[in-house]
Amino acid sequence: MALTMTEAAAGHVKAFLESRGKGVGLRLGVKTSGCSGMAYVLEFADQLEPGDQVFEDKGVKIIVDEKSLLYLDGTELDFTKEGLNEGFKFNNPNVKDACGCGESFNV
Amino acid sequence: MALLQISEPGLGAAPHQHRLAAGIDLGTTNSLVATVRNGIVEALCDDSGEYILPSVVRYRENAPPQVGEQALAAASEDPLNTIASVKRLMGRGIEDIKHLGTRLPYQFVAGDSQMPRIHTVAGDVSPVEISAEILKTLKRRAESTLGGELTGVVITVPAYFDDAQRQATKDAATVAGLKVMRLLNEPTAAALAYGLDQSAEGIHAIYDLGGGTFDISILRMQKGVFEVLSTGGDSALGGDDFDRALAEWVMAQAGINDDAEHNQLRHVMAIARRAKEKLTAADSAKIELDASFGVAWQGEITRKQFNQLVAALVSRTLVACRRAMRDAHISADEIKEVVMVGGSTRVPLVREKVGEFFALAPLTTIDPDKVVSMGAAQQADILVGNQPADDALLLDVIPLSLGLETMGELVEKVVPRNTTIPVARAQDFTTFKDGQTAMTIHVLQGERELVSDCRSLARFTLRGIPPKAAGGAKIRVTFQVDADGLLTVSAKELTTGVESCVEVKPSYGLESSEIESMLRDSMSHAKEDLEARRLREAQVEARRLVESVDVALSADAKLLSDQERKTIEKALSALKSVMNEDDHSAIQQSSAVLQKVTADFAARRMDASIKQALAGHQVDDL
Repeated sequence: MALTMTEAAAGHVKAFLESRGKGVGLRLGVKTSGCSGMAYVLEFADQLEPGDQVFEDKGVKIIVDEKSLLYLDGTELDFTKEGLNEGFKFNNPNVKDACGCGESFNV
Repeated sequence: MALLQISEPGLGAAPHQHRLAAGIDLGTTNSLVATVRNGIVEALCDDSGEYILPSVVRYRENAPPQVGEQALAAASEDPLNTIASVKRLMGRGIEDIKHLGTRLPYQFVAGDSQMPRIHTVAGDVSPVEISAEILKTLKRRAESTLGGELTGVVITVPAYFDDAQRQATKDAATVAGLKVMRLLNEPTAAALAYGLDQSAEGIHAIYDLGGGTFDISILRMQKGVFEVLSTGGDSALGGDDFDRALAEWVMAQAGINDDAEHNQLRHVMAIARRAKEKLTAADSAKIELDASFGVAWQGEITRKQFNQLVAALVSRTLVACRRAMRDAHISADEIKEVVMVGGSTRVPLVREKVGEFFALAPLTTIDPDKVVSMGAAQQADILVGNQPADDALLLDVIPLSLGLETMGELVEKVVPRNTTIPVARAQDFTTFKDGQTAMTIHVLQGERELVSDCRSLARFTLRGIPPKAAGGAKIRVTFQVDADGLLTVSAKELTTGVESCVEVKPSYGLESSEIESMLRDSMSHAKEDLEARRLREAQVEARRLVESVDVALSADAKLLSDQERKTIEKALSALKSVMNEDDHSAIQQSSAVLQKVTADFAARRMDASIKQALAGHQVDDL
């Protein structure tokens, strides 16, 4: 079981955490919502919850709850630019199909 | 996929909720509803697994109306209260319905409005209300299957439906409690279902052979827009005629007379239909007549025999195809895809002949009964916001130019034909007479130059224009056609802001054949029209000139010498004498002469009025 991130993502997460001034790491997760079943959660983490798993990659702590890990195992977090937008992207090998907008997905 | 940003703990935005949307194929014989679920387009079935809802409504005393199969079954016992093919009545006035033929068995009653009503045991109902019953049934089906209220729907209409018919369809949806996001042309919906909007640009033919109607549409896909190049067809040719041909054969074989009992005929028709369906896959079909309906008979028909029976019907559709292509000025080899729509296109002979005709393998992979509703469902899914906004939205075009009447009974086109909708176009107009305070806006549809050759859609008056010299007021007329092809015209006087507006709901409609013939007329009469326009323009200009010279002469004749005055009067009467003739060049010449001899007079009048204005003032005062 592992979660990783690209250099670009790690660099940005570190910069964001620094400018925010607090937080122990980055929380990744899934929640049931949206049109295709599930949506990603991408939040700053201020504390660990019971059952959280912590992975460390490129100097950033990635925190994920056990349930979400089932859906996210093997995911690589990336930071990309698409046209005028930039942001994080989940490269999740578990995804079977996503809704048209890609905001939610199905495994 | 969408890019995400890191959010504060617990504050992550929920992605949009899926909104429910459906596409509805409101057909003459059958109707369907489809939706997009988990990214897949599917038609929705009722409790008993049927996708197709017969477009039949039966009104009952003290009971809610029956819709669909039950109503269809009762049609023969209760013909006056069971209404089928209501689509043919949509947006029609009583006069139109008389033209449609006397075959309709219903009792029409004239209402207060133009709209005809049908007398039933449950009271008088209008075609809009009857259609609404069908829509309500489909709405219930969609909402119970999807488990929620529909946010919006897309309803398909034939490409040749005019404003009134589209408006009536929209009204029916409103009565049924549906929000119509868009009315979509049926052939366009079929093309969408096959994803032809994604493919390269080109011309496509949509061959739609339904239960009782045949339509052929030639579409051109260009820059994300489907343009209807031409439509054609036969409103009394469909799968039912195939059944009838086979039934007649069976009756001849079994020795049943034409004047047989009604239910015996129906039995034979039903058997024939089943045999026809079987022959789609099999090379032969057994036919067995039940003795309880009179004659017991057994036989077999091969596909070859069946093909012979219906060959004449199939060639009739091809004649219409040829005509549609001629109207669109294209040849068969320019057509890139042929889309097959309607259950009757399952008949192998139809596919074969259509394939031969266009020298193309027709597209048949999507169920031809469902294809229109599926295209509509896709469009609905985009419109309701379930798909990224950057997916190109499909646009339609207006079939005939829209314009208004100007002096001389000429038509000024404001929105030309084949403009993509939605569209808003504004044009400035002015007054023709001194002190004119009102203006009648006469909205017309058509390609011809003269008012009498176009179709009048609406007429309204803008009042309260400030009295000014002719040409002084500025009136902006705005034509707005929404995405469903419905027109609103507004007029505004720009200096005072006085406004008037009309929503165009013509009381009766144009037949597709009328639209066609209007288009053809505009081509064949192009030259005459141009001449007529030139003449009218010259006449209008001459009249304006005569009027202003008359006014000037009566006011300022003292500025002229006798000689000058005589010259002007001579030119004036010369113009007056040719003004009402139909030689535009003579009118133009005389107008030019009058202009020339009065130029000096006009300048002197100007000087005189300035002098008058300045009299008694010091330069410093100004």
